[in-house]
Amino acid sequence: MTDTGSPPDGGQDYEESLAKSDRSVASFARSHTPIETLQHVLHGNPTLVPVIVLIVSVGIFGLIAGERFFSAFNLTLIIQQVSIIGMLAAAQSLVILTAGIDLSVAAIMVLMSVIAGKLSIEMGVPAPLALLVAFAGGTAAGLLNGFLVTKAKLPPFITTLGTWSIFYALNLWLSGAQSIRSSDLDEQAPFLKFFGNVIEIGGARITFGSILMVLVFVALWYALNKTAWGRHVYAVGDDKEAAELAGIRTDRTLLSVYGLAGLVCAIAAWASIGRVGSISPQAFYEGNLQSITAVVIGGISLFGGRGSILGALFGALIVGVFQSGLRLAGVDVLWQVFAIGWLIIIAVAIDQWIRKVSA
Amino acid sequence: MTQKPILTGRGLVKHYGRVTALDRCDFDLYPGEVLAVIGDNGAGKSSLIKALSGAIQIDEGDIELEGQPVNFASPLDARDAGIETVYQTLALSPALSIVDNMFVGREIRKDNFMGRYLKMLDQKKMEELAREKLSDLGLMTIQNINQAVETLSGGQRQGVAVARAAAFGSKVIIMDEPTAALGVKESRRVLDLIRDVKAKGMPIVLISHNMPHVFEVADRIHVHRLGRRLCVIDPKEHTMNDAVAYMTGAKAPEGAEAA
Repeated sequence: MTDTGSPPDGGQDYEESLAKSDRSVASFARSHTPIETLQHVLHGNPTLVPVIVLIVSVGIFGLIAGERFFSAFNLTLIIQQVSIIGMLAAAQSLVILTAGIDLSVAAIMVLMSVIAGKLSIEMGVPAPLALLVAFAGGTAAGLLNGFLVTKAKLPPFITTLGTWSIFYALNLWLSGAQSIRSSDLDEQAPFLKFFGNVIEIGGARITFGSILMVLVFVALWYALNKTAWGRHVYAVGDDKEAAELAGIRTDRTLLSVYGLAGLVCAIAAWASIGRVGSISPQAFYEGNLQSITAVVIGGISLFGGRGSILGALFGALIVGVFQSGLRLAGVDVLWQVFAIGWLIIIAVAIDQWIRKVSA
Repeated sequence: MTQKPILTGRGLVKHYGRVTALDRCDFDLYPGEVLAVIGDNGAGKSSLIKALSGAIQIDEGDIELEGQPVNFASPLDARDAGIETVYQTLALSPALSIVDNMFVGREIRKDNFMGRYLKMLDQKKMEELAREKLSDLGLMTIQNINQAVETLSGGQRQGVAVARAAAFGSKVIIMDEPTAALGVKESRRVLDLIRDVKAKGMPIVLISHNMPHVFEVADRIHVHRLGRRLCVIDPKEHTMNDAVAYMTGAKAPEGAEAA
C-alpha cells in the first residue's frame, strides 16, 4: 500500500525530478559483446545452429571418408535413410512446439502400415481405399492423444507413453506378430510400395519417399509460419494461459496439432512400406525416441513455442550424416550411438543458453 | 450525471461455496471517463472485474452494455461485445513478435487466392496497422515491431497490451493493476498512455492499489467494500486519506454520491 498520509495536492511530488530524466523509454542501440550478439542472432534464428552443424559435419566427414562419403550416391542414400524418421520428426515437432511430447508417433505409424497391409492383402480392399482408412486411423489415434491431453488434462508424456503401449499391442494383435512379405505386396498391392520408387540421376538415387519427406516439411512450414493456425500453435506452446486470455481457443488448437501429427504419421506409414519393402510389426521400435532426437538436435525447444520445423529436418539429416560418416570412416557402431548422445545434450544446452537471452 | 452509462451492473451476486464475493453489487461506467475501482484485498473487486470481462459468471444480477443486457460465457464473448481487458499478466506470448501478439486471434489474411484458399496471412498489412496503432499511442520508441515481446521492457510490454486492447474498435477497456509491476518512470509512461486512450473517447476501468496514480488519472473513484459498492467519490473533493478510510471501513463516506 502506498503512503496515503498526505493529500494529493499537499504532498511531496516525488516525480518532479523525472522531468529532467531521459524521456525515452528504452533504446535498442546498446552495444553488445560478440558473444551476446551471437546469442541474439541465434535467438532470432534458432535454426541457424543445426544448419551450421550440418554443413560443418558434412565437410569434416567429406575430408575423413573422402569420395565414398561425398558421392551423390551416398548423400542421396543418407536422405533416403532418414526419410521415415524425418517425417516422424515433423509430426513430433508439431507436438513439441506446443510444449508437449508424443512418444507414440512411431507406434501410430507401424499400426497404420499394418492396417493398410491387412486390408489390402487379406481382405481384398483396393490399396487406395486401404490407405484412406489408415490416414483416418492415424488422425483418430492422434486425436485420442489430443483428447486425453486437453479434455482429461493428462500430461502429454504420460498420455503418449500409455498410447504407445496400446498402439503397439494393437499392432501385434492385428498382425499376429507376422510380417507381410514383399512378394505379396508386389502381387496384390504394389501401390502400397509407391514411395519406394526411385529417380536415378547420375549416381544420385532419389526415392519418392525422400521427395515426400521434403514436401511434408514444406507444407508444415507453410502452415506454421504463414497462417493464423501456425501463430496459434506457437502462442499455445509459449504460454498457454496467455494465449487463452488473448482469445485463442487453446484446446481446439492442441486437438488439431495432435490430430495432424497422427495424420502425418499415417502418411509416413505409407512411405515406410516403400522404404522397407515389407510390412513388419516390429519395425521402427526406436522411432519414437529417434524422432525426438532429430527435433532436439534441430534446435526446437522442448519447452515449446520456439524453433522452426525445418530444424527437425536438419536434425534428422545431422543424425544421418553422423551415422553414414562414422560408418564409412570405419568407426564401430557403438561410437555412432555415443556421438548422437552427445549431440542431444549439446543441442539442449545450446537451447537453454539461447533462451536466457536478455534485451 | 445526465449521460447514460455505457456499462452498468445491477445487484450482482457471486458466491464461491459459502463465501460471498459479490453482494448485490452495483457498477456504472460513463462514456469517456476513467473510473478507478479501489478496495482492500478480499473486497471483491477482482470478482467484479472478472464478471464484467466474462472470466466468471455471476449468480444473480444484470449487466448491461450500451443499454443492452449481456451475458458473457467467456472472456472471448466479452471481447466480441467490445469489452477489452488488459490483464495484470498482460496475456502476451513472450516469444512471438509485437505484431503477432497484437493480432493474435484476429489475424488478417491476404485478400487474394493465397489468402482465401491457403489462408496466407497478410503480414505487411498487419505490420502497417500495428505501427499505426502504436504511433497513435506515442509508442513508436519501439523500433522494430517484429522483435519478440520478451526483449521489451515492462513498460513497453504494457504499451503493447494496451495498444492491442485499444486497437480493435472496443467500447470499454478494463486495466488490471497496470502500474503494479513497473518502476517510477515506466509507471509515468503508462499513466500518460491511459490519458491518451481516454483522449480518444474510450472509457477505462482502472483497478489499482496505487493511490497517487488513481487520484491522478481517475475522473471518479468506485470504492469497493465487503462485496459491494460503498460509494463513488470525486478525486477532486476527497483526499487519498479519505479514500483509504472508506475502503478500510475506518470512516463512513459523507457527501459522496450514494451507492
